[in-house]
Amino acid sequence: MQRLFLPLTLLVAAMFAYAPVMIAQAPYESTMLLVQKIFYFHVPSWFVMFSGAFLCAGASVVYLAKGSRNADHYALTGAELAVVFGLMGLITGPLWARKAWGVWWEWDVKLTLALVVWLTFVAYLLLRRYGGPGSEKLAAGVGIFGAANIPFVYYSVNWWRTIHPKTTVVPTLRPGMRGTFWFCVAAFMLLMVLIVAVRVRLERQRALVDDVFLDLED
Amino acid sequence: MNRVRSWWRVLPILAILGMGPVLGAVVSAQQPPPQPKAAQDEFVPIDQLPPEEKLPAAPLLIAAYSVAWLAVAGYLFSIWRRLDRVERDIADAGRRLPRT
Repeated sequence: MQRLFLPLTLLVAAMFAYAPVMIAQAPYESTMLLVQKIFYFHVPSWFVMFSGAFLCAGASVVYLAKGSRNADHYALTGAELAVVFGLMGLITGPLWARKAWGVWWEWDVKLTLALVVWLTFVAYLLLRRYGGPGSEKLAAGVGIFGAANIPFVYYSVNWWRTIHPKTTVVPTLRPGMRGTFWFCVAAFMLLMVLIVAVRVRLERQRALVDDVFLDLED
Repeated sequence: MNRVRSWWRVLPILAILGMGPVLGAVVSAQQPPPQPKAAQDEFVPIDQLPPEEKLPAAPLLIAAYSVAWLAVAGYLFSIWRRLDRVERDIADAGRRLPRT
């Protein structure tokens, strides 16, 4: 990963620099026009949020089963990603909704569930920050519970009556929109890979420092 | 005498009843004429909407992309600061370790 880090960083930077050009050139959606272009960053931010949440849950299961410290580092990283990119989705969504629906927020099933999942991962981070010794295991349970809600967030638009666009939007995108959309998703996912690499390294170094100071105290 | 007294009793009631239409006419004269409600009573094409009812999309779009960029930049900055702090701690621990 260390050898790939610099080329990957350059690639992600280039993709994020080129994304606005692609978004500007993408065709307008017939009913929402310009405001629909929020979609190209809004949906990929939820891709990263969901991936972060699943990473947190998967790593938490490994941590609870094997007590692996490394898995705990991945779980913490996943939870942070879920909070940062979930916040991005929760802010960009209402900016779109204001124009498309006429309101900033609606207590719709999809929106409410997404907020609940995001708050669950905020709770995870608060638990890690202020929970004291042993909070890692409790937080791991919270992370698994948070990720278990994600299928409900994703499929809520199909299962319940809601004003949020359905899951059929992405598979039915027009060619000009589809390329731009998947390009933005790729940029966000590669950014996620980079962040995971750096963030896990940070946690490993922190653990190393803690071990060294504990040895010095002994 | 009794008839006059009963008239005095009825007069305030008649006065109140009479004031109703007068007050109603005054209030209705002060109120602006009802405006036709766009998009509720009939279909109005978007290009015929009054300017105050049109919500520009560009500021919302710019705000959304600014939020996304700021969130990523802020998060990367926080990671960079934390890495910097840990590296200082490692250097500090290295100085405190007994030399062999």
